[in-house]
Amino acid sequence: MTDPSLRILIVDQNVMRASVLEAGLREAGLNDVIVVRDMQNLLRRIVDADPDVIFIDLENPNRDVLEQMFLVSRSVRRPVAMFVDSADAASIAAAVESGVGAYVVDGLRKERVKSVLDLCISRFNAFSKLQDELDRTKQALEDRKLVDRAKGIIMKQRHIDEAQAYELLRKSAMENNLRLGEVAQSVITAARLFGK
Amino acid sequence: MSAQRIVAGFMPLLDCAVLVAAAECGFAAQEGIDLRLLRETSWANIRDRLIVGQFQAAHLLGPMTVAATLGAGQLRVPMLAAAALGQGGNAISVSVALYAEMNTVAGGGGGEPALDPVVQGAALRHAIAERRRRGAAPPVFAAVYPFSCHMIELRYWFAACGIDPDQDVQLVVLPPPLVVDALRSGQIDGFCVGAPWSAVAVAAGAGCVVTTASHLWRQPSEKVLGMRRDWAEAQPENALALVRAVLRASEWCDEAGNHRELAALLAGPRYVGVPAELLYENLSGRMHLVPGAQATMVPDFLGFSRAAALPRAAHAVWYYRQMLRWRQCAAADGAEAAAAACFDGVLARQAAITLGWDIPATSREECLFDGQPFDAMPQTGA
Repeated sequence: MTDPSLRILIVDQNVMRASVLEAGLREAGLNDVIVVRDMQNLLRRIVDADPDVIFIDLENPNRDVLEQMFLVSRSVRRPVAMFVDSADAASIAAAVESGVGAYVVDGLRKERVKSVLDLCISRFNAFSKLQDELDRTKQALEDRKLVDRAKGIIMKQRHIDEAQAYELLRKSAMENNLRLGEVAQSVITAARLFGK
Repeated sequence: MSAQRIVAGFMPLLDCAVLVAAAECGFAAQEGIDLRLLRETSWANIRDRLIVGQFQAAHLLGPMTVAATLGAGQLRVPMLAAAALGQGGNAISVSVALYAEMNTVAGGGGGEPALDPVVQGAALRHAIAERRRRGAAPPVFAAVYPFSCHMIELRYWFAACGIDPDQDVQLVVLPPPLVVDALRSGQIDGFCVGAPWSAVAVAAGAGCVVTTASHLWRQPSEKVLGMRRDWAEAQPENALALVRAVLRASEWCDEAGNHRELAALLAGPRYVGVPAELLYENLSGRMHLVPGAQATMVPDFLGFSRAAALPRAAHAVWYYRQMLRWRQCAAADGAEAAAAACFDGVLARQAAITLGWDIPATSREECLFDGQPFDAMPQTGA
């Protein structure tokens, strides 16, 4: 069971991901969630929010800024340590792999935070899977356009039909361990260099 | 036999040079290591990815190995500085506005000679007093990480010049690639950061260099080849092979004839992503101190090989004492010995001997710029 009284601060410059995480936390009954996107006055925001748990995306260069704040600032309520129990190596590994850093105020019991952390990790993983799929779809679309153009060039040059042109591209891709789109791109580039 | 893959994280700084040369110029491959380099966005990420085993080695701030070993920051994980990745390269720069204040205030010394930490420190102290008299906020200075030579150098320099680092200035942390914009936009008034970021600030017309690490203290290790101690102990052959590759790469990096090639390599977007010309200047020890001025030769600005590649326990002890001095960590029994163990230098010496290097005898450490012996702790705060 998650603990509804936990105050959670999310520091993430990726607006979509922050929303996905925020929604997930609220669904789990954690209503005290604050999202910070603006890195200016980060310390002020943290002091005002006084969170129990802070999540920050690992692409964020401001992570080092945050660590300094925890270390020197006497204005942050309690010392903040990464994870409740430093012996919990599996949680740390899972978090780092999913791309999120977590800071938890000292003295919070592990059980109180573990489920929130797990939820955060699974949301981050789900988000990157979505992102990967989106990237792959975009790439496939882009590749298809290139392959069509390359096929046209080969058909004209070698006087062969579409199926044969495609077969040539496919074979070349396999032999050179390249994507079809990459071979198509080189055909297009070569055609441009040799003036078609 | 297939090469052993080792993944190492690094930050975009000139002193990732030795790792880049090891990976790109064949030194790692010749030692049977398939060295993969991954650029990171924060020192904290590098530390965590080392801890969870995604990285086996890393371009790491020397004091970070000590902090992790002592559990001073976050997790307590014994680390090893298996080799040093260079010495020097850091410079303290201030905004054009603060530089002007330092050069006009009464008793400021006029800022000559350039780069003299005593003269420049006195000028800064007077500029701070002048700001206070005007009711202006104290200047904000940035370093790259709490546990870093940069933070130690800034604090040491301030304190030695009569500036209280906790009262007279505000100290913040900023990642290296962000400092130039922060200086230009007035978010900060100065910083201590590794090369080439001072050169970038001067080239952008945003900053002026007031002193360098090599003016403050003679050549402790700056970045190190960090690894988890248990990894190094479980895979001694791989650790040694990597250190050999790094030492051979360091020789190549110190060769002036290779500096053009090295600068071109590092200028790429995968590595530092800063124009090759700026990197080349810093590699050859030249630096523009103020926008538009001629380049100045800075003696011993940056070195990679021989003594610069061998960690020394005394340096780690000194970092620890400085961390203690500024209450970044608590005093504990055995902490000095644990710090010293991070920099025991066993692997590096072993590798150096197999490469036929003359191991320099442990010489007495030189004094710091204020005359304090290197390994003594100055009395209390400012």
